[in-house]
Amino acid sequence: MSAATNPPVDERIYEVGELTRVEGEGSLRLRVRDGEVVEARLGIFETPRYFEALVVGRTPDEVVDMVARICGICPVAYQMSAVHAFEDLFGVRIDPVSRALRRLLYCGEWIESHVLHIYLLHLPDFLGYESGIAMVADHRPVVEAALRAKKAGNELIKALGGRPIHPVSVRVGGWSRAPRKAELMALRPALDEGLRIAQDTVRLVAGLQMPPFARETRFVSIKHPSEYPFSDGRIVSSDGIDSPLGAWRSLFEEFQVEGTNALHARSLDGKGVYLLGPAARITLAGDQLHPLAADALAATGMAQLIQTNIYASIVARAVETVQAFAEAIDIIDGYAPPQEALVPWTSRPGTAAWATEAPRGMLFHQYEVDEAGRIAHAQIVPPTSQNQAAIEADLVVAAKEVLDLEHTAATHRLEQMIRSYDPCISCATHFLDLTIEEV
Amino acid sequence: MSTVAVAARPRVGVVKFASCDGCQLTLLDLEDQLLDVVEHFEIVDFPEATSARSAGPYDVLFVEGSVSEPAHLERIVDLRRRSRYLVTIGACATAGGIQALRNWGDHDAFRDAVYAHPEFIHSLARSTPIAEHVTVDAELRGCPIDPGQLMELLTALITGRRPQLPDEAVCMECKRRGVVCVMVSKGLPCLGQVTQTGCGAICPRFGRGCYGCFGPREQANAAGLTRHLQMAGDRPREEIGRLFAGYTAWSEPFRSMVTELGGAGRGPADARPGSTTTTADDPAATGGTP
Repeated sequence: MSAATNPPVDERIYEVGELTRVEGEGSLRLRVRDGEVVEARLGIFETPRYFEALVVGRTPDEVVDMVARICGICPVAYQMSAVHAFEDLFGVRIDPVSRALRRLLYCGEWIESHVLHIYLLHLPDFLGYESGIAMVADHRPVVEAALRAKKAGNELIKALGGRPIHPVSVRVGGWSRAPRKAELMALRPALDEGLRIAQDTVRLVAGLQMPPFARETRFVSIKHPSEYPFSDGRIVSSDGIDSPLGAWRSLFEEFQVEGTNALHARSLDGKGVYLLGPAARITLAGDQLHPLAADALAATGMAQLIQTNIYASIVARAVETVQAFAEAIDIIDGYAPPQEALVPWTSRPGTAAWATEAPRGMLFHQYEVDEAGRIAHAQIVPPTSQNQAAIEADLVVAAKEVLDLEHTAATHRLEQMIRSYDPCISCATHFLDLTIEEV
Repeated sequence: MSTVAVAARPRVGVVKFASCDGCQLTLLDLEDQLLDVVEHFEIVDFPEATSARSAGPYDVLFVEGSVSEPAHLERIVDLRRRSRYLVTIGACATAGGIQALRNWGDHDAFRDAVYAHPEFIHSLARSTPIAEHVTVDAELRGCPIDPGQLMELLTALITGRRPQLPDEAVCMECKRRGVVCVMVSKGLPCLGQVTQTGCGAICPRFGRGCYGCFGPREQANAAGLTRHLQMAGDRPREEIGRLFAGYTAWSEPFRSMVTELGGAGRGPADARPGSTTTTADDPAATGGTP
């Protein structure tokens, strides 16, 4: 960042070399000349790990374990997209209870990831702290409640898969082990409390001062006729897309941009930018919210604002936390162990393709399986790389709102905007640097 | 592992190299103890959790991730100079991680398979553990690390005693917990006897074989286990190789088994002349029953 000289034109550069309170290593750079944005870039310098090449030659069950390691915050999402892709190709019909347990596992991850993001990563921006931990000095009971809610999500994953990060029990065909009813019932008190904390969280974040921001965007998510979207349904958009989950490649494509280790994505219809995540899901699938989550959303009166103001994504995330707690409680109450936790299956060659809703948005996997049951080719398209174009487009919108702010405050505001997406950079690398320049 | 009382309220940094962030997240997942931990330790640098930054010096530095790109080589040496007590956390930092599977392949082919413009990408041909580059004072293994072991290390650090981290096999954990052996009862291949415990024998408890994410224990007889799996299970060599070709594959003796048996993956299509071949009746082609 250089000091202002006496430029012939008014050019400002806003820059953050290493974004904090995001998952992974990214940067931001915004250059504005005479009020016009000439550069808006989210750089991703996280080291590539080549997962799509590492899985070649491996078996479907090995892949379910391996792809979890793309992301420590959303490993379940990777397991879910992979396992459903393989089961779809092989024609495996899992036990209906196994399916409910998969939803329960996803509830655990949404809770853990959303609560982490709301309280430890995003709320400090609104309240003016450097971290969630620093909030303890003034808001100890709030942080303690958040940690208990987050723990409830992690305990759910642990009960189903042995540990909160990289759980071990998801297998093609179901589960290597299904929990006993008593193990799940033991979690009920923590989930009941978590639900109340989530409902309080919606009220808390709905009362935050949202920075000014308004734009129309295109939303994409999964939609199911009778469930809030996790792992089943169709790909839909706010402008009429309605396609099977495996058809991502007929709708979108990835491409590489210099200066970032993530691949970007765009739609093939020429409209380019689209937005995934909690705001997209609430906009497109809000009619499937659990009654408790729908009530929480309605009470905020912010369903419309969530669509146009990216900062309000914190409200969407809080509503989805209520959703995840409420659904988890329902699943546990109705649970009886599956007849057959793991159903036998036989590999068949072909293309396995599926998408599920990671906490940050739709995550697409496609694998070519060969005659021997091994992966011949893989493509993994994380939500953050799909959101990268939307983030950069929103930086242009945000630029107009920050130009009157003092430089440091403006840079913080832009970081806050980027955090509103809950970017997951480890995922996207195969993804982001925030620079505001002021010359 | 040395004994050290580093400071009254140690200044702690948490940094990452090539990794998934899961091990540093384990620190934030210490929900019940987190507020106590931050009373006893001053977190001065932890970009995933706080916007406050410090370039050190650190009393304790937690390092996640493997050395995987040219810039990492200088960075780790620089961080070591600014740290009194350096702790590697997780399979990437202690063993090179799952991304070390590329060490058996053709790196450029891996890169070219993922990126249309490989010339924009800077990465090293091999992914290597931190200890191959600098002196490490303590390590926490696992993919991810175990929260109990993390608390044990933190407690040992502030009390100035040696951390009690078991180096016995996962098998011992199974016996103590009364977990029925999955190799004996179900015929499942399991790395439990050659893998260091610390996880709590999660995989056998959840009905599957250990896949070695805490890495080889001392004097692990990987060759003996391989012979047993070949004789008792009549398994193809490459299938056994794939067992070792996981999250700690670059650690000996797992590394030698992968080199000898294959299994590190074929890499991108047509990239490796010595790639393994499979047949339609390969056990990999079916599943769902143990």
